[in-house]
Amino acid sequence: MTATTHDDVQAVGRLEKPVRWAILAGSAIAAIALLAALGALNPLSVVIVGSLIYCTVLYVAARAVEGARHATDRLVTGVVTTAFLLAMVPLISVIWTIVSKGLDRLDVEFFTFSMRGVGSGDIGGAYHAIIGTILTTGIATLISVPIGLFAAIYLVEYGNKGVLARGLTFFVDVMTGIPSIVAGLFAIGFFTMMLGDVAYQAGIVGAVALSVLMIPTVVRSSEEMLRLVPNELREASYALGVSKWLTIAKVVLPTAIAGLATGITLAIARVMGETAPLLITMGASRAVNFNPFEGSMSALPLFAYSSYANPGTNKEDSLAAAWTAALVLMALVMILNIVARLISKFFAPKTGR
Amino acid sequence: MSKRIDVKNLDIYYSDFLAVKDVSVTIEPRSVTALIGPSGCGKSTFLRSLNRMHEVIPGARVEGEVIIDGENLYGKGIDPVMVRRKVGMVFQKPNPFPTMSIKENVLAGVKLNNKRIGRTDADELVETSLRGANLWNEVKDRLDKPGSSLSGGQQQRLCIARTIAVKPEVVLMDEPCSALDPISTLAVEDLIAELKENYTIVIVTHNMQQAARCSDRTGFFNIEGTGKPGQLVEFNDTQTIFNTPSEKATEDYISGRFG
Repeated sequence: MTATTHDDVQAVGRLEKPVRWAILAGSAIAAIALLAALGALNPLSVVIVGSLIYCTVLYVAARAVEGARHATDRLVTGVVTTAFLLAMVPLISVIWTIVSKGLDRLDVEFFTFSMRGVGSGDIGGAYHAIIGTILTTGIATLISVPIGLFAAIYLVEYGNKGVLARGLTFFVDVMTGIPSIVAGLFAIGFFTMMLGDVAYQAGIVGAVALSVLMIPTVVRSSEEMLRLVPNELREASYALGVSKWLTIAKVVLPTAIAGLATGITLAIARVMGETAPLLITMGASRAVNFNPFEGSMSALPLFAYSSYANPGTNKEDSLAAAWTAALVLMALVMILNIVARLISKFFAPKTGR
Repeated sequence: MSKRIDVKNLDIYYSDFLAVKDVSVTIEPRSVTALIGPSGCGKSTFLRSLNRMHEVIPGARVEGEVIIDGENLYGKGIDPVMVRRKVGMVFQKPNPFPTMSIKENVLAGVKLNNKRIGRTDADELVETSLRGANLWNEVKDRLDKPGSSLSGGQQQRLCIARTIAVKPEVVLMDEPCSALDPISTLAVEDLIAELKENYTIVIVTHNMQQAARCSDRTGFFNIEGTGKPGQLVEFNDTQTIFNTPSEKATEDYISGRFG
């Protein structure tokens, strides 16, 4: 028996946890020292250089102590963890920036005042924009969810991979990729054609633009969720003498409801932050407008954009308001996610004894 | 409640592929009929054609007649949904509805059809069905727990309770014990023996001992080769099939020299 085979069966030594932590700490210090010497010290570079050093040192050390197979294992673990950390960097950075900059203007005024009659030096609020966002995304949801859900039901339950179903899938895929500004232009064209009024600006136009963006995501996610429902359940229902439609409504949809809710919420979250289609369809009102069928309307992304682009004389405050709008938008998306989680938890197929 | 089934010259297709050829058989009421044969010979396909579940698969169709109570199931103007209410089915894998409690599972046939049922009637139906499926004593204290919380054997008996709750005339069983352990299998077999007092039962099984134990009549399906249609080779009293089969293929299969 050679030494190598012996190695493979039983590792000669083992890099214990304290040793690995020590290597990690050493790598971090080395990275900081190196970067400080080069004058490029920032969190991102420390993470990158630090993990490079850590992976190399750990690999060499593990090879010496534990053998080749364990060393490879350690190296891959290190690379995978680094990739995870790198993926987290932009996420945490965005959240940190938005929260830290947005907290300045997170006051009562922001939620209760609109920008109506706010002079160049005064501070207003984003009440009108919050109302606008809720109304437009709400209407967009009301339009897209039935259409998207029924289309998904058609694809899964009735389409049988026929010509119509394949065509629908193809167009949904194409629609997923269209730029959002095109959706806005489509909505304008649609209303111009219907009403003959070229200058019609209203919340409903924006909502239609958003639903054009939302329908493909709803169709796609709902389709996936409905396909996950085991065929045995459908057959069990048919075998009880239940018609196809009742089987879908009472067996398939309730079984998939958790996934459907998550998918729809993600679709809402996706369109909530859209700016371009709303900018060209709704105008950017500075006043509160509860009527989505008449008059221009604002939305949080539009508010953020106009506060940043046309700050007036009080530049700093205006910029802070833009960050707060971003923060509120993020909070709304988070609330939606929590709601989806709750729905999932509440309706999910019950297990346990 | 139970009815005779007359099958006449039944050809079963998947699109253009003839899966089962020219089956003619009479299934007696209040008896257990077992269908045996090697895998892929069309037993399950034939069983599913008896309550029009076959056509749920896209492209699947049937030629010939299945007559229950003087009425051809494949006749014009027959609603497959109504057929399935008369001819219930239990599947290979226990499949209780995961969103429903034990009680709701039993009432599924009623509730899913939007039928109104009074609370006392519902409770009575749940009890009689669960008693009929030999499950009542095990679950009577936890009727509101999810159906998926039961063991595999209990789930299968729950599925049988669900099937008999719609009061069918015929119960089809597609390898109902293949996912169960011997003790649960025994429970289901005892149940089959009891159910035959009231229902016509057709059971597909891979287990020849099971066919010998619990059936009155047995049909042997066979297939000549891959791509060829399955055929009903022999159909007779279980005793005769297992002791003095008239076909060589049946004897070979039963004695284990084949398949």
